[in-house]
Amino acid sequence: MKDEVTSREDRIDALGGMGCKRKRVEDARFTQGKGNYVDDIKLDGMLAGDFVRSPYAHARVVSIDTSAALEVPGVLAVLTAADLEPLGLHWMPTLAGDKQMVLADGKVLFQGQEVAFVVAEDRFAAADGVEAVVVEYEELPVITDPFKSLESDVVLREDIAGEGDGVPDGAHGPRKHHNHIFTWEVGDKETTEQVIENAEVVAEEMLYYHRTHPCPLETCGCVASMDKVNGKLTLYGTFQAPHAIRTVVSLISGIEEHNIRVVSPDIGGGFGNKVGAYPGYVCSVVASIVTGKPVKWIEDRMENLMTTAFARDYWMKGKIAATKEGKITGLWCHTVADHGGFDACADPTKFPAGFMNVCTGSYDIPVAYLGVDGVYTNKAPGGVSYRCSFRVTEAVYFIERMIELLAIELNMDAAELRRINFIKKEQFPYKAALGWEYDSGDYHTAWDKALKAVDYEGLRAEQAQRVEDFKAGKTRSLMGIGLTFFTEIVGAGPVKNCDILGLGMFDSCEIRIHPTGSAIARLGTISQGQGHATTFAQILATEIGLPADSITIEEGDTDTAPYGLGTYGSRSTPVAGAATALAGRKIRAKAQMIAAYLLEVHDDDVEFDVDRFVVKGAPEKFKTMKEIAFAAYNQAIPGIEPGLEAVSYYDPPNMTYPFGAYVCVMDIDVDTGVTDIRRFYALDDCGTRINPMIIEGQVHGGLTEALAVALGQEIAYDEMGNVKTGTLMDFFLPTAWEVPNYETDHTVTPSPHHPIGAKGVGESPHVGGVPCFSNAVQDAFRAFGLRHTQMPHDHWRIWKTANELGLHD
Amino acid sequence: MIPAAFEYYRPTDLSGVIAILQEHGDDARVMAGGHSLIPMMKLRMAEVPHLIDMQDVAGLTGITIGDTITIGAMTTQAEIIDHAGLAEAAPIMREAALQIADPQVRYMGTVGGNVANGDPGNDMPGLMQCLDAEFTLVGPDGERSVKARDFYEAAYMTDREDEEVLTAVSFAKPAGGYAYEKQKRKIGDYATAAAAVQLVKDGGTCASASIAMTNLSDTPIYSDAAGAALTGTSVDADAVKAAVAAMLGDIDPVEDNRGPVAFKRHVAGVILARAIERAWSRA
Amino acid sequence: MSDKKHYKITVNGKAEDVIAEPRELLIYTLRERLNYTGPHIGCETSHCGACTVTIDGKSVKACTMFIAQADGKEITTIEGLGGPDDLHPLQMAFKEHHGLQCGYCTPGMITRATKLLEENPNPTEEEIRFGMAGNICRCTGYQNIVKSIQAAAAEMNAAKEAAE
Repeated sequence: MKDEVTSREDRIDALGGMGCKRKRVEDARFTQGKGNYVDDIKLDGMLAGDFVRSPYAHARVVSIDTSAALEVPGVLAVLTAADLEPLGLHWMPTLAGDKQMVLADGKVLFQGQEVAFVVAEDRFAAADGVEAVVVEYEELPVITDPFKSLESDVVLREDIAGEGDGVPDGAHGPRKHHNHIFTWEVGDKETTEQVIENAEVVAEEMLYYHRTHPCPLETCGCVASMDKVNGKLTLYGTFQAPHAIRTVVSLISGIEEHNIRVVSPDIGGGFGNKVGAYPGYVCSVVASIVTGKPVKWIEDRMENLMTTAFARDYWMKGKIAATKEGKITGLWCHTVADHGGFDACADPTKFPAGFMNVCTGSYDIPVAYLGVDGVYTNKAPGGVSYRCSFRVTEAVYFIERMIELLAIELNMDAAELRRINFIKKEQFPYKAALGWEYDSGDYHTAWDKALKAVDYEGLRAEQAQRVEDFKAGKTRSLMGIGLTFFTEIVGAGPVKNCDILGLGMFDSCEIRIHPTGSAIARLGTISQGQGHATTFAQILATEIGLPADSITIEEGDTDTAPYGLGTYGSRSTPVAGAATALAGRKIRAKAQMIAAYLLEVHDDDVEFDVDRFVVKGAPEKFKTMKEIAFAAYNQAIPGIEPGLEAVSYYDPPNMTYPFGAYVCVMDIDVDTGVTDIRRFYALDDCGTRINPMIIEGQVHGGLTEALAVALGQEIAYDEMGNVKTGTLMDFFLPTAWEVPNYETDHTVTPSPHHPIGAKGVGESPHVGGVPCFSNAVQDAFRAFGLRHTQMPHDHWRIWKTANELGLHD
Repeated sequence: MIPAAFEYYRPTDLSGVIAILQEHGDDARVMAGGHSLIPMMKLRMAEVPHLIDMQDVAGLTGITIGDTITIGAMTTQAEIIDHAGLAEAAPIMREAALQIADPQVRYMGTVGGNVANGDPGNDMPGLMQCLDAEFTLVGPDGERSVKARDFYEAAYMTDREDEEVLTAVSFAKPAGGYAYEKQKRKIGDYATAAAAVQLVKDGGTCASASIAMTNLSDTPIYSDAAGAALTGTSVDADAVKAAVAAMLGDIDPVEDNRGPVAFKRHVAGVILARAIERAWSRA
Repeated sequence: MSDKKHYKITVNGKAEDVIAEPRELLIYTLRERLNYTGPHIGCETSHCGACTVTIDGKSVKACTMFIAQADGKEITTIEGLGGPDDLHPLQMAFKEHHGLQCGYCTPGMITRATKLLEENPNPTEEEIRFGMAGNICRCTGYQNIVKSIQAAAAEMNAAKEAAE
């Protein structure tokens, strides 16, 4: 009662709760070099594992001779598929319902595929052992083109080819060809095709979203430690979903789940790369069981780019129909998805092409159709969501290119075309033609704010002048204005339609309040740089009235954290954030009873106020949450158990739908293809904003990853299936020098179904950024007749575009 | 990425270096900053059973400025950038060095390593040809000089004998205007095309021109014809065009991740024209 | 395998004796033998700068130097810049201005920045971007890294002025 003089505002500030720019609690250790990443882990007697990998993209493995390798000093064992087969571990299930070789079983299907696993006393001996393994290959025809694959006699996956005519069904139903994986169709095909046939205006294009890679600065890796005395396996690793990994390891190894502890330590960026289960994990576990010692496996950068988790590689054929006035009447899309040698996409089970069916975007489109065919090729497996919810980047790129193409067809301003087709504020919740129910949005407000902020009219006038100057020979530089209005679908997801390997995609939070009024909360998610320890404490501070600085957030240890599906697809805030808020509310409910008892009034006569419960109408009578916490443990209260704890498992009723309006202004040197991003404005609406500083940081980072993907980053193969972009010389990660300053802005349209109205933001800038950068490039050439040119827009491809338009004559 | 094992040597004088080279022939390699060689060794694309680290070899560093400029082989790019006298006497050196790799690599990367390696992507070889530099090579039979314009034979193949060490580069103090123009995809990349140009202006006329380009053939390309096309002209648009045409006759780029041949040839022309214009404006 | 040799290096002011093969990259010596796990391994081909340390006054990528080359040298890692009780102004500024997210590039980034500010105490934004171009960050988009370095520079200059 001493703090009566403190104002309510001061009490709110003291909490460091939602909405404030709280500094990150993680940073003390990171700035001092005291992070604890998986490669920092050092266990007694720890061994090193390293892979022999295939130099060929498609070959039969005739023989593997490990004898010389076993003679290399320090080499203890060399595992091959033959060694794993008796354990049933030479193949493993993928997240997409397919299976994948752990070590080459008779053949290899992509360059870099794991052939043998050398276990040695240290990484130097392991590397020498890898060099000494002699593998004889017999080369097979290589297929890197998914269209050719569907017509080829070459059978890539003999294990599932079946016998005689026809091919057996796959995990997602009937297959049309031995190299076909699935067909997935949504929407009303017949009506859509009729609408397109009879439309006044149609734009049509094949859009290729090239293969790329999330490439976090820390590669994937693990340390497996089998304690044979206690029968316990501990697996440390770069896991974006530690609980799912525990369950998978249990299912494939037969070790009971309580005997497995999976720990995700600090993770040096994930961006989707660290969602999947990789052969390195399985081999490390087996090697630890075989040797009885801990085994560490850390992939190098080349292995990372060549083998673990590519993203995209979608060929999207699109048709969009409209009236002459520009009202969209229908959208059609057929996608050929190149999944590589195994289908290891990280998508919810019922969605083999993820949420690609959010491709109607931010527009009120009455009818639509989406068909996707998955195809095997001789490329690495993966298909993860690189800084996006499942295939949402592809969907948003698709619609945001199609709308630009329609604008060209209509000879209309692309900003105006968007405006007249936006879903209106009063239409929410909005049921989209391909099935999703958008929770909330106010697109017109956001769009107007964005266009005004950049002086859109002024930019267009400047651009028109530039075109004139160019035509008059006064300049060789063109100006592009990139527009994007995106709607994401994140927060997977409702258990009724979202699971991975049968695991429902809920998430969880468990809170323990300590007697002195501090707390620990544990979650089923795991931060890879998002700052969960900071922001989840802010949510709780607001919900339970204890300062964020007094709340420890812990994630990533399956022995202590409640079960959850992890961090990817912007699901942490929408799902675990909701669980946190609801667990906090359970704490508050009990606290209310305790407060009422202490204040000697009825439960209903007290109400929560920032950091305390007050007697209604008598605010001078109150108990702070700190006092209540103490009482919960130290005072016998009739009818109430001691302690103050809660746990919440949150199954979201719907996804959340963040949106945003981006504008990019770019100058392009027509003669060299060099681009210069002069301005980038990003307005994000992620609903309730938990920590504006962190949101802004996420936007900067996501835009930079988008810039990279749009302007040069790719995993390119030659015809022999060789990866051409295997080091950071060729795989484009921008430095500070190539990156502009970004302007950030926001509107706030809370999610109506989320406990705190938050929608998630980490991936928005990537999802919206890629089409915005791409549209800027393409817009620069619109005046010269360009319809569409494929990403990535690196120098030579831009030059080629200009060249084909006759701009070098 | 772990390199194969090797024997390591850190001799303190040239005779020590040469003795090791004589003993092991092409099984031995000298290493300066190591930022080209070590990644290749880690990728196991270069096998070096005997590695000779040059860092302690006396007398290989330093920049001497006079009518002739001499730069010790172990002088780093960072030292070139920071050397006020060199920036005054041959500003193209600083302009080019700043466009090589990144700050950390420039602290380690040396002039000698850059010119001796024979990597067509390196910037210094073309620049040395532009400056008509001479390389000093020391071997078992003593010292000799080779002109930069005669040094490069093919990718990673030079006039240097296995038992020789490149100890210094020297060139006459350049006169007139200069430019080092480079297009690359990002920091740390090799050139898509780069041009080194020195022009001397006499009144309104180009008295002499020296032009070389980088990463457009398996060696750097010094184009006598390109220089001749400018000499005696007012470096007007036609002259620049003629110089570009001459250079395009001399280069032979190959397709790689930076782009196809047609693109590289086009960019080579653009970069060269810009370099000439900039050099002329400074002449 | 070649024979192991005896090397002497000084790390953060402390003399260290190392018995290692000459081919051991300095980054492994630091991380695995001497437990300085601040510098990280990112690309292994000297592009990303996560392994940046200071060696005899130069910013160096420790993944591209053999322990044999480092023999006799003085090395400073992020651990040598400042600890809980004496944070370096750059360490404070990165915390204050959200100059990091996953933290993996941060030790190399800050170590490089100390050298940048030593050589250029008043860098422009352009000079910072150019001077930091040997360090890749995948999370922040660099905007707040630039801000952090600017803030640290101001702080260090003010402290220097106050001391004079």
